[in-house]
Amino acid sequence: MNQSTRIRSWEITSETHYQNRRSFLRNAALSAGALAAGAALPASAFGNAPGDYPALQTVPGPYGAGEAPNSWQDITTYNNFYEFGTAKEDPYRNAQAFRARPWSVKVSGECDKPGDYTYEDIVGPHTLEDRVYRHRCVEAWSMVIPWVGFPLADLLKRFEPNSNAGYVAFKTLHDPAQMPGQRRPVLRWPYIEGLTLAEAMHPLTLMVVGLYGRELPNQNGAPLRLVVPWKYGFKGIKSIVEIEFTRRQPKTSWNIAAPDEYGFYANVNPNVDHPRWSQARERRIGAGLFDAKQPTLLFNGYSEEVSSLYTDLDLRTNY
Amino acid sequence: MANTRNLMPGPGTIRALKVLLFLLCLVPLGKLALEVFAVAGLSLGANPIEELLHRLGKWGLNFLLITLAVTPLQRLTGWTWLVRFRRMLGLYAFFYVLLHFLAYAGLDQRFALGPILEDIAERPFITIGVTALVLLVPLAVTSTNPLMRRLGRRWKQLHRLIYVIAILGVWHFYWQVKLDTLEPTIYAAILAALLGYRAWRAQGRRIGGQKWGRSKYSAHARKSI
Repeated sequence: MNQSTRIRSWEITSETHYQNRRSFLRNAALSAGALAAGAALPASAFGNAPGDYPALQTVPGPYGAGEAPNSWQDITTYNNFYEFGTAKEDPYRNAQAFRARPWSVKVSGECDKPGDYTYEDIVGPHTLEDRVYRHRCVEAWSMVIPWVGFPLADLLKRFEPNSNAGYVAFKTLHDPAQMPGQRRPVLRWPYIEGLTLAEAMHPLTLMVVGLYGRELPNQNGAPLRLVVPWKYGFKGIKSIVEIEFTRRQPKTSWNIAAPDEYGFYANVNPNVDHPRWSQARERRIGAGLFDAKQPTLLFNGYSEEVSSLYTDLDLRTNY
Repeated sequence: MANTRNLMPGPGTIRALKVLLFLLCLVPLGKLALEVFAVAGLSLGANPIEELLHRLGKWGLNFLLITLAVTPLQRLTGWTWLVRFRRMLGLYAFFYVLLHFLAYAGLDQRFALGPILEDIAERPFITIGVTALVLLVPLAVTSTNPLMRRLGRRWKQLHRLIYVIAILGVWHFYWQVKLDTLEPTIYAAILAALLGYRAWRAQGRRIGGQKWGRSKYSAHARKSI
């Protein structure tokens, strides 16, 4: 079968997105008064459609979610990206002027090919795949997102990690001038995250550069972000500028901020509640006001693929 | 202060202002209704239940603080008639807090009693939120004129519960946020100012009262000598 002619699940809904966009623009014009009150989204709302971002050349990837993806609008305006503010609409509001190019990533630690790599160095050699993944936030909401990316393993192998490498640590850009959220010490900046080498090398783990076949919007973590679909969303570090291979388990931002609430592993697990709320169920974004929450699945439904990584691990103590 | 006291509005003006205030207090609910039904391009965003829940809760808190601001404002401006609006503001606080709870129980939990009771028992921020709502009920029930008269001094004592309720409400907000505590901290600061003003006044009264009492006593004593 010719892959390029295959209809991808998310293409079926693209019509509604353009429809949504049109009605959004019309409504934005109609409710200019309400907008002026600062209650709704700002004028930069104009132009928030997939067509406003360059198209990427992609091939269909494995692991379809088997569910309809969320709208472009939902995925790009409801974000946790504290570097741009802590409200869900803040990243969309505050990230529009962010400069995601030129970009470079510093690779260091236990590997044979450390150095500074440009965005083009990083992405160039890889075939970009469309991968529709479930996304589960630690706040008990979820989405289905058609990412564009390539396996992180393929990238990490190029840096030739040595036998001492047990973990991979990541760092987000620290630039308060561009990232207004970093002007307040909500988290300790820069944001840092980490994975075991086995997790990083897992074929599900994705280095993401796009969304809906388009270049990644700034508010979603441009130009390079991690997606680890069986873990809570905060493990998916955004706007990555450093990758370090380490011997020991790296520190991670949310674990530093609240160690009793956020662990290093942060695997999606309906049986281990957050101290302040239940993780048994999740609210699917895009559902209506009267729709019920849906049950959360162990490892976000990717048990078959990843449970073997954790056979010797007590998931209750290693939350 | 003595001059401003003379600016007492007449009964007709008070009535008109009450109607105006009544409608004004419905504006947040009206805006939410427009957003729920997506009128004029308004919407509750990607996560409408969470948005509705948070907005109703915040308005409950806003009205609690506004209600608590009436007495200090009245003292500072000398506009004694402001107290005529306090009951309505307090009832609106109850109204929005109740809607906040109903949105949680109905929309978020779909009236599933098991999970709701579990939340109340196991999640401290929900426990204190529900406690605040329960404590508001007797205040709302006893807000009528006949009950006010019948309870007399006890009415005043009972309605001091609002201090506890407001503290629980702000605490509930503070405990609920994930990490960024700026907004609940602002609410806490405003509440601290409103309660601090009362404490300061009460202390001033006590000290002043003692002085006054002593001098009266000494005058009396002198006379009796």
